[in-house]
Amino acid sequence: MTRWVMVADLRRCIGCQTCTASCRQANATPVGVQWRRVLDMEFGEYPEVKRAFVPVGCQHCSDPPCMEVCPTTATRQRPDGLVTIDYDLCIGCAYCAVACPYQARYRSDEPAYAYDEAIPAETVRLDPKRLGVATKCTFCVDRIDQGLARGLKPGVDPEATPACVNACISKALSFGDRDDPQSNINQLLAENQYFRMHEELDTDPGFYYLWDAR
Amino acid sequence: MSYSPPVYGPKPWLQRNWDARAAMNFMCGGAGSGLLIASAVFDWAGTMPWVWLTGLALIGLGLAAVWLEIGRKLRFLNVFLNRRSSWMTREAWIAAMVFACGLLAWWLVAPVWRALAAISALAFVYAQARILTAAKGIPAWRERRLVPLIVITGLVEGLGLLLLLARDATPVGVAPAFILALPLRWVFWTRYHQRVVPTLARRAQDALRAVSKLGLWAGTALPMLLMVLPIIWPPLTLPAFMLAGFLGLATGLGFKFALVRRAAYNQGFSLPHLPKRGRE
Repeated sequence: MTRWVMVADLRRCIGCQTCTASCRQANATPVGVQWRRVLDMEFGEYPEVKRAFVPVGCQHCSDPPCMEVCPTTATRQRPDGLVTIDYDLCIGCAYCAVACPYQARYRSDEPAYAYDEAIPAETVRLDPKRLGVATKCTFCVDRIDQGLARGLKPGVDPEATPACVNACISKALSFGDRDDPQSNINQLLAENQYFRMHEELDTDPGFYYLWDAR
Repeated sequence: MSYSPPVYGPKPWLQRNWDARAAMNFMCGGAGSGLLIASAVFDWAGTMPWVWLTGLALIGLGLAAVWLEIGRKLRFLNVFLNRRSSWMTREAWIAAMVFACGLLAWWLVAPVWRALAAISALAFVYAQARILTAAKGIPAWRERRLVPLIVITGLVEGLGLLLLLARDATPVGVAPAFILALPLRWVFWTRYHQRVVPTLARRAQDALRAVSKLGLWAGTALPMLLMVLPIIWPPLTLPAFMLAGFLGLATGLGFKFALVRRAAYNQGFSLPHLPKRGRE
């Protein structure tokens, strides 16, 4: 079996938002929609201040609450763990958005542009299917599928790897197969201490955060 | 430097996906279901068809409000597709049963259809409660103690509405049932409040604590007082019952509005550990 997951090394992330920009470019998400976000968190009081940059987005949970609540079966889960949305079935009720503990889902009812009017690239890449329905990070499922069809390895070969991972300038983001004992992901998890967000909710998220060496 | 507190992260913020239209579905759906149940139990012969139709209309109004909120309105029939796990789908199927049985009961004036409609209405309000508890992203909703609270709130609203609408033709039994249901709602509210409210974001706590005060005095104590007032002064029966019914209804609606719109904070993002960099 395969279970695609992502790892974010919080020690390496510098909050440059290159992953966010590359995601927006790769997936043509509109203004205000960031499937891959990086939170800038600051803790403590001067002079004892600490900062953390935390990449977030859909966690492709094994037990996704968004799929359970979806009344239309638009949200589904593939055998490889990826949680997908069928834009032709979704009615845009936003039930999945309130069920998601990671605030990963968006609904845009109108086209949104960077400026008052659409620039040519925005006009060409506007997908009317995505208006009025739920959208979220797909882990660049098209790149994964096309890469696999060409015999490439997601997480290793850039052509088969999510755009945000490819773009990360500090190698904070990694992608791979949790079920493959030899995968890059499992090596990282073996060498480092990690956590997953909101584990107490039993969603079994597929997004791991490294915070210290073992 | 050591960071001993277990969780770090930005403060939760109010969800903006479901607005007043969604709240209306829970408000009108609960009140309408409660009215159908109360009407079926205490007016089984169907002597007040306008009351019955008001219950159906309220459920329809709530569903119409939520239809206005969805992004793809012409695809609304897709809501029926996931009976296996979605309480929203189940709510839709049950609503269809409520309308089918309810309209047949009104048309045929047959107690059996009234009973079936009332059972469906009870299932409808239960489904609405489960819709909220399945929303794992909102801590104020995902608590299972909310289920009996939403159901009893619907029943109180229905009884209150019946007292308001039936006026001097109020069926026997409605007043005692209302007097029993009011403290029961308060008990379920207290159970929910004690478990959930201390764990919520500050503003969500404030919203629910304000509702709590109102619920105790205007939603429980005062209506109960008004319901027993006619024992001392019988000429006050009708205005006292109507005011008590209004208070029971209004506080229930206010609670659900606050729950869906004001207390619906997510849990934000939390880090059980901060990254250790350099020589820390």
